[in-house]
Amino acid sequence: MHRIWTLVTKEVRDGYRNRWVIMITLVMTVLALTLSFLGSAPTGSTRVSALAVTVVSLSSLSIFFIPLIALLLAYDSVVGEAERGTLTLLLTHPISRTQVILGKFFGHLFLLVVATVIGYGVAGVIIALSSDEPFMGAEWASFLKLILSSILLGGIFLSIGYIISSWVKERGTAAAIAIGVWLSFVLFYDMGLLTLLATVQGDVITGDFVKWVMLFNPIDCYRMFNLTSSNATALLSGMGGLNADQRISDISLILIMLSWVIVPLIAACAIFKRRQL
Amino acid sequence: MKPNIELISVTKEYGRTKAVDVIDFSVLAGECLALVGHNGAGKSTLIKMVLGLTSPTRGTVNVFGYNPSHIAFSQMRKKIGFLPEQVLFQNNMTGRETLEFYSRLKGVACDDLNDLFRRVDLFQAADDRIGTYSKGMRQRLGLAQALIGSPKLLILDEPTSGLDPSSRQNVYGIIHEMKQAGVTILLSSHALTELDDRIDRVAIVNKGHLTAVGTIPNLRHNIGLAAEIIIYGTDISMQSLAQHFSNRFSADCFEYNVAHLHCPMNEKVALLKEIMALNISFTNIEINDPSLEQVFMAYTKAKEPVYA
Repeated sequence: MHRIWTLVTKEVRDGYRNRWVIMITLVMTVLALTLSFLGSAPTGSTRVSALAVTVVSLSSLSIFFIPLIALLLAYDSVVGEAERGTLTLLLTHPISRTQVILGKFFGHLFLLVVATVIGYGVAGVIIALSSDEPFMGAEWASFLKLILSSILLGGIFLSIGYIISSWVKERGTAAAIAIGVWLSFVLFYDMGLLTLLATVQGDVITGDFVKWVMLFNPIDCYRMFNLTSSNATALLSGMGGLNADQRISDISLILIMLSWVIVPLIAACAIFKRRQL
Repeated sequence: MKPNIELISVTKEYGRTKAVDVIDFSVLAGECLALVGHNGAGKSTLIKMVLGLTSPTRGTVNVFGYNPSHIAFSQMRKKIGFLPEQVLFQNNMTGRETLEFYSRLKGVACDDLNDLFRRVDLFQAADDRIGTYSKGMRQRLGLAQALIGSPKLLILDEPTSGLDPSSRQNVYGIIHEMKQAGVTILLSSHALTELDDRIDRVAIVNKGHLTAVGTIPNLRHNIGLAAEIIIYGTDISMQSLAQHFSNRFSADCFEYNVAHLHCPMNEKVALLKEIMALNISFTNIEINDPSLEQVFMAYTKAKEPVYA
């Protein structure tokens, strides 16, 4: 266990040394604040709280930004060390390949946790302080769910990044695949689904089918989790009209997102174990 | 004596390429064996198999009696120090932070790191960032890393590659110390010449094949390369010499005032005695054994492995 901890502390220290944490935190804070204030401007007439608007705005930001950061952190974690020659050295120490992946995962996840909690937390606190009316418990719950699920989303794309990094032989290839994966999940998947829905009429493709297909995209899980997290967010995001039987419970969505973290992580460990150095 | 490293009929294939082809050798406890070969000969692949970083396609590798690819070998790794051929430590870490990291991975206390820094002559630069280190300093840091936890087996892949003569001397000084302390050492090099007197045995590898294993004197003796005796004298003394050896050496060997006589290594002394017994006056005699480079080149062309 102490060896995993040694790797975690090294990854965290590296993150601070090469300014990753500061950069991510700053960017997330600035974007969160900008979106929060811009997004909360029209709430006067909709009678929806500024925090609910912030949750919806930040969800949309996270969908693009967090997977990108996670993939950037993870894509060269194995292949980069292999190119520098430090991977060979690392593996001649009494540490298993699974421990190497886990050490990197928890180290990188910690960086994401710091960036998300500070970035989104600061935005939440400032919005709360500048709002005329105090927020309800349910609104804060939605906001906490946003932070928790954003961390989960980061974990998912870290795990996917390790699969890429353990698989390929060159950093350039890993970077290209990482960008491809990001575009596929963030953009192409939903575009494909929309095209399918537009081409084939609703009689053929049922709502249930669409719902299940969306669960195979962690970004859609995240979107469903946050945009339906309260009546206010559902109303703002256009999910309010969704029938109750079409909704998926929060617990189910969290479990699905956790599976999206664990299964790719196990796959990354298995691929890394088979990697010839 | 039980070998610490044992390779039995080991073959390693990458796709259709055979990086290592049916190689057998062993390194006894406390012995220093050098793997010598050209770039791409298979030395690094052999080292990776010994370290369990890659598995042989066929054959058996045993280190301390264990299969190094097996998970049970993990605890044996505490006893092993390894210096890779090329390692780029992180520039933004200091030398001390780097050694602390590897000490913790090995489960060794970081108390005596200063001793290690002194041994590799890096004490003054221990707290400087690696980005400021020269190539020699980085290599010495790598060596210090390999010495963490007083290993019983030291594996050094091209430890002097790219170093200046002074740094090379330093590296071989540390290798000598470790050898004196009874540490088993496996190192690789592409220069046989710099290993003379510094190792116990050498294994010559060429294109994945083992072409020779043995001590350098035995390898030099057994390859059958000729020694050269150069005799300087007057034209009269050369004529007398040519006349005496006319049935054994061609006339080309004798010039105006110098003779070049080649003979097998084991006949060198007898030939010298015979020359001296002729009672001819010479101005000088030089004896040239085949150079280690010549020996190495001859063994790389050998069809069958030579055990000397």
